[in-house]
Amino acid sequence: MIFGAVLAGGVGSRMHVGSMPKQFLPLGDKPIIIHTLEKMLMCSKLDAVYIGINAAWLEYMNDLLIKYDLNTDKVVVTAGGNTRNDTIFNIINEIEAAYGEDEEHIIVTHDAVRPFVTLRTIEENIECALKYGACDTVVPAVDTIVTSNDNQLITSIPDRSVMYQGQTPQSFRICLLKDLYAKLSTDEKNILTDACKICVIKGTPVRLVQGNTANIKITTISDYKIAQAIVSSNIDGLEEDTLC
Amino acid sequence: MLNYVYQLISPQSFSVKYEDIDLNNRVIVRPRYMAICHADQRYYRGLRDINVLRKKLPMALIHECCGEVIIDKTGTFSPGQTVVMIPNQPADLDGKAENNYYFENYRSDSKFLSSGYDGFMREFVDIHPDRAVAFENIPLPIAAITEFVSVACHSFSRFMSCSHSKRDTIAIWGDGSLAFVTAEVIKANLPSSKIVVIGKNPEKMHRFTFVDRIISADRIPAGFSFDHGFECVGGEGSFYAINDMIDHANPQATFVLMGVSENNVPINTRMVLEKGLTLIGSSRSGRVDFENAVALMQKNRIKKQLSTIIYEDQPVKSFGDIHRVFATDSQTPFKTVFEWRL
Repeated sequence: MIFGAVLAGGVGSRMHVGSMPKQFLPLGDKPIIIHTLEKMLMCSKLDAVYIGINAAWLEYMNDLLIKYDLNTDKVVVTAGGNTRNDTIFNIINEIEAAYGEDEEHIIVTHDAVRPFVTLRTIEENIECALKYGACDTVVPAVDTIVTSNDNQLITSIPDRSVMYQGQTPQSFRICLLKDLYAKLSTDEKNILTDACKICVIKGTPVRLVQGNTANIKITTISDYKIAQAIVSSNIDGLEEDTLC
Repeated sequence: MLNYVYQLISPQSFSVKYEDIDLNNRVIVRPRYMAICHADQRYYRGLRDINVLRKKLPMALIHECCGEVIIDKTGTFSPGQTVVMIPNQPADLDGKAENNYYFENYRSDSKFLSSGYDGFMREFVDIHPDRAVAFENIPLPIAAITEFVSVACHSFSRFMSCSHSKRDTIAIWGDGSLAFVTAEVIKANLPSSKIVVIGKNPEKMHRFTFVDRIISADRIPAGFSFDHGFECVGGEGSFYAINDMIDHANPQATFVLMGVSENNVPINTRMVLEKGLTLIGSSRSGRVDFENAVALMQKNRIKKQLSTIIYEDQPVKSFGDIHRVFATDSQTPFKTVFEWRL
């Protein structure tokens, strides 16, 4: 079976917008997370969509589902964890409690604060995860990437042509992700920034899926203003270069 | 839900419009296969008058499309059901009709998607339940041209309501996709009529295997005559086609004019009067024509014949792919269809 996982464990600390987590902020007429969930539900290949939500906001999320007529059997709200990967594994535990363990299970993880994801991206994630086991959505890096080990001086400037910016969805065979995570040392777990890194650290190939630059992550006030402008909107996305 | 609308903003240049669509009162359809019409190609290549382009762009192209119902809270369709979408949008869908004297596709208050309003090049299409027609047993690449077939069905129904009943020989001027499909519709509905196709391109005319006679437009026999005719030429060729039709028509013939011309076409009205000819303009189509087209396309013979004029290009997954299918279409003699995965 194929499961969507909307990751909404955060509490919006980078937004400085009071106590409201960023995924609940309005975009147009609806909260950001509702736009994201609606797009996930457009993918008929997903058997169910789980939402991993900060425990304090579970009831609020359930109320939103009722308000926007999305409280169907296909949508399951579950408590998030302290980290992104904790939230993913909480969702995996819920999936396996309901459907059992199965080597064929696929999870399509997606940030709640990326409401501009397209169906194409979700479907290509599913195809890639089914075929290769793990995939990440990326766009070619536009800015030159600079590394600095001491936060003072440039350590290196990698070749931009091989640099990509990671987006979501990130999709996996659930059994593969679980097996690899179990093999990580504590030190390795401490440097995880996302789920794909679990695979990369253990040398498991992760395929690239072409994202699109409009699939922005609404993390800062500036991102939020840009998203509002896009939706409102006379700001259109011009043609983008393709991955290959 | 945030939806992507892929608009042509100027010839050969696309942009995305983001819109928040309501999932409650409309049918939400995921486009699956699309076909390119000459009208789309004219917008894409900037072959329309500059004032027309200024007025109608930006807009999403494509009005020939089939898709899959994803959500329908109106209860008309089931999720997963395949539908063809009707680009004509009459103003009276919600009971605002001023009159019903006219076919829906000629009413001045009707809108046409991909002519001043966004066509089907979108991530999802939200459409009134009356503007989708369900189908089964038609392969999606063939279902993509249902609108095109419906245009021929409409012209045929207008012909039948206006022409006298002697229909022994019906002539079709033109050798392109429109002539082919029109010939199909006539043959299916009037199997005992003799169908003659008059065209210019031998390599195209060879595909009309099911008609009774093929004549080269520059060698029409002096004694050739016909009871009724369909003009499927358009453009600069309209002048020659229509006047040849007038010359060879039997008295009181009915002509259905279907070819689009950017310029006015002088015609021999003296002979139109002398022969008592009837000229009918026919364009676009409405719901009943779509239903007739879907019914016709259930026939295996029709499906096989339609498949001979369809070239399926690679799927569209990016802007670059959109440019590719328009380039392909300009090189192929008949219909270009493609899977929509953007």
